[in-house]
Formats: sequence, structure tokens, C-alpha cells
Amino acid sequence: MDRIVVSGIRKTFQLKPGQYVTVDGEETDRVTVLDGVDLNIRKGEFITLVGPSGSGKSVLLDIIGGLTQASKGIVQLDGTTITRPDPKTGYVFQQYALFPWRTALSNIEYALEVRGVPKRERTDRARYFLALFGLSGFEDRYPNQLSGGMQQRVAIARALASNPEVLLMDEPFAALDAQTREILQSELLKIWEKINTTVIFVTHSIDEAIYLADRIVVMTARPGTVKEIIDIDLPRPRDGDIRSSTEFNAHRARVWKALRDEVNKAQKDWALSPAYAN
Amino acid sequence: MAYISEKPGIGVRLPSIAAGSATRPARKHKTARGDGTFSYGLPLLMLFFLLWEIAPRLGWLNPIFFPPLSDVCRSWFGLAESGVLAKHIGISLQRAAIGFGLATIVAVPLGFLMGRYSLFEKISDLLVQTLRNTSQFALLPVFILLLGIGEASKIAITFYSSVFFLLVNTISGVKAVDPLLLKAARSMGTSDVDLFRKVILPASIPSIVAGARLAVKSSIFAVIGAEMLAAKSGLGYLIQQSQLMMETGDMYAGILTMTLIGLIVNYLLVWFERWATSWKGQSDTSPH
Repeated sequence: MDRIVVSGIRKTFQLKPGQYVTVDGEETDRVTVLDGVDLNIRKGEFITLVGPSGSGKSVLLDIIGGLTQASKGIVQLDGTTITRPDPKTGYVFQQYALFPWRTALSNIEYALEVRGVPKRERTDRARYFLALFGLSGFEDRYPNQLSGGMQQRVAIARALASNPEVLLMDEPFAALDAQTREILQSELLKIWEKINTTVIFVTHSIDEAIYLADRIVVMTARPGTVKEIIDIDLPRPRDGDIRSSTEFNAHRARVWKALRDEVNKAQKDWALSPAYAN
Repeated sequence: MAYISEKPGIGVRLPSIAAGSATRPARKHKTARGDGTFSYGLPLLMLFFLLWEIAPRLGWLNPIFFPPLSDVCRSWFGLAESGVLAKHIGISLQRAAIGFGLATIVAVPLGFLMGRYSLFEKISDLLVQTLRNTSQFALLPVFILLLGIGEASKIAITFYSSVFFLLVNTISGVKAVDPLLLKAARSMGTSDVDLFRKVILPASIPSIVAGARLAVKSSIFAVIGAEMLAAKSGLGYLIQQSQLMMETGDMYAGILTMTLIGLIVNYLLVWFERWATSWKGQSDTSPH
């Protein structure tokens, strides 16, 4: 059964008055980032989204999350068209986005607070999710008293605390060091296997994309469309050693092959993305 | 295990007015007013007081215009014992507090609107800048004409001298809220009201409190000025009146009281600022 249906998504950014960029040799104040994205995501599936910079991965995630309106096309979540953030969706950002004036516990509680969960239950659930990420004892720490890895654990716990049916993750581990990243990847997989929520995970790392995914969606260079969808049939549960297996390497070669041309195409676009990135 | 991240608090940049003290990133270190510096500074202060004591006694200064410190202290205790001092202090502080309170009620909501809605700011900014750059003392005669010689005109001047510190800092605090935090809040389905209450307000508190510190100081200075120019009570009146009567002991006692109040209020506000922004880690809030 399809949980998310993305059909014909197109997104064009209108630059601020007076701003121009050169797109394909022409001066313009409009940049088309997504050009007809179609994608069906099944319930409980782990999807990773890879593509060169500027291929609109994050924009697509924002549209699915109801944070940005598409210029054309619709996204449906369980048959309902998304127009604004859905309470069934959780979002995790690369830069954690924790509220610095709230403690770890109260950051997680926030997600429940705005959904009207009673105080008692809020605290209990926040504690449960902190413990799930091995952060018992850090309830009263402020974000600036936590390491990057711990902050991101709190942020994921915050996104999961409201029992979302869809979890959107925008390069959540990109800012972490390599070791922490691998640890968090396996923690995420373990927890995901337990709660079986649908995940869409944007990443730049091919290894990360393969290790986590049921299917990898490879995006083209701007304007982004779906270039190829690659099934990752590696057995679960997966542990870190799987990265050195023959099958893993075969997937790596295949994903890289799909990406290479697009990355090359994207090189000429390098000056463009700051114009509309926020 | 203690993890201290090197990054300053995510996305909370501090603004404009209080730049000197508040914009530096939060760092864990002893603040400038730790235990050490006070004892370093004490000898010079003592020397100043000593000079004040002996200069008039040795005839370097005319004791009629400049009585020795011990005489000033005697006058101070006289004023304190008779209850005159407490009465004047009470009146001055009350005026400053009412003016400051009204300024907060007006400036914070207005600052929210101006900081959040650019059209609102575009419309009102020029007027605000014009008013802000008009001296409150230049306006005292206007206040007196409009509001009479009574309490209203003094409260008006304290209001006027504190409202812009609060307004400007609220605006910059609201503008400096990390867009990522707003996005995260929206992704969790935060309503507009909650966005103000639970995100924008706490995120701009450090900036607002920094503004409040300047505003309180400014309102106290303004009330003294106003009382010297046109009042029948208050510390400013006491100082001015003592000078006219050549009661110079009382005059200096009044001035010293002012200084003392200024110091106490300032340290209270520094403490409050530290408390209100404790989540940022040890921030560098020097009391100047």
C-alpha cells in the first residue's frame, strides 16, 4: 500500500526583485529546481534520496513535509493532499534545530506540547525516547552542553516522540564526524525496525544511502527529476560489516554509475544554488 | 561526562544596542567581574575617597562647595534618619518604574510586530527613528504643557527615555530568530500563537533583556533630570534644592545615593540577564 504519492511535482523559485542568475546561459529571475517528480512510497519503507547538489532533494522533502508549496503537482499522504505540515509527519534537520533555551527533555516535549498532549504523558514519552537513544541522565542538559551527535539524537527523538507515520530526514548526519555518523546510522536502523515508520532520508553519501535504504531514489541534476530507483535487497537487520560485502560494493558501483553524469552536469550549476537556498 | 560544544547557541545572534557586552559568543570563562577584579579596583576607589576627605580639609578645595566625605556621610545619615531620603528615593524609583513598565508594555508587542512583519516596519520605521533621535529633555517642556507639572509629565519622560531601547532591541531580537528554528517549529505544526509564545519570544529574550538593562538605566537618569528641572519631590529635586540652599552636604549625599542606586540596579539587572539567558552557557555580561 502506498503511503505517499508524489505526482508531477514541479517547483520554480522566483528570485527577489532585482536579483538575477544565469541559467543555461540566460539571465533570469526564475529557477526551476524540480521538474516533474513522480514517486510512490510504500508504508514502512526506508527511502534514501541521493542526487547532485541543486537537484532539489531538500526542496522535495520540504514539499512532502508541507513546508513549501509546489508550483505544480500534488503530494498525497494516505490519500490526503498535503498543503501544510501534517501532524503525522516528523522532520529532522541537518543542523539539529533544537531550541537552545529548552533542555533535552523539554525539546522533545515541545513536539507533544504543540499537539496538545497532556503534561504528564508528555514527560513520560519524552523520557522514554531519550532513553531509547541512550540519553537517560541528560534530561536537563541544554543543547549547547551536548555534543553534535547527542544533539542530533535529541532531534530525532523529538521527531519520533509524536509517533509520526512519516519521518523526513534532511542530511541529518552530514554535520557529524565519520564515527558518530556510523553509530547513529545503526541506531536509527535499530529503532526504525522497532517502530516501522516510513522514512525519507536525504543524503550525499552513497554508502549511507545503501546501508539504510530499501530503495534509493537517484535524482538528476537541476531541474531535478527521478533518474532511477534502485532496490537495495540487502538482508535486515544490517550491521556495519555489510559495507565491505560484495553485494554492497555492487550496489555502490551501480548508484555511482547512475549519479556520475548528473554530478558532472551539476558542476556548471555551482554558482546557482545560493540564489534560492534558504 | 560533560560535553561542551564549541558552537555558540544555535542561531541566537544578539543585536545592536547592547553590542559591547552581549554580542560576543557565549564562552565558558570567568566573567570580568569575578572575585578577582573587585579587589584590584578597590585601592584606586579608596584613594579617590581619601582625596575627597583631605582635599577640603587641607584647603585644596573650598569646603563650602566641596565638603569632606565624612561631612557628606553625616548629612546622608541625617537625611536617612529623618526619613526624607527614603521618601525621595521612593518617589523617584516609582516614577522610573511606572515609566519603564509602560514602555515595556508598549515596546515589546510593537517590537514583535515591527520585527515580524516587514510592511509594518517599513511604514513605522521612519517615525520611530525621528522620535528616537529627539532628546527626552527637549521634550520636557512639551510634556509639561500637555500633561501639566504633576506626575504625568515625569512618567512621560521616563517612558520616552526607555521605550526606544526596548523597542529597537525587541525588533532586532525578533529579526535574529534563526529561520531554521521557525522552520522546525512549523514542521511540528506549531500554531501562529504558539510560534510567538514558544519560539520567537524565548529566542528574543536575551536581546530584550539587554535592551531592558539600558532602558532601566536611562529611565532612572531621566527621572533625576526631570526632577531637577521641574518637581517638588524626588532625588533630583533634593539635589537641586540643596544646591540652591547651599546645603552642599545634602547635595552630595543625594548624588552619592543616586550613584549607589545606579550601581545596585545595574548589578541586579546583570544578574537577571544572566539568569534569563542561562541556557546560553556562561555569557560574558560585564556590568557596563
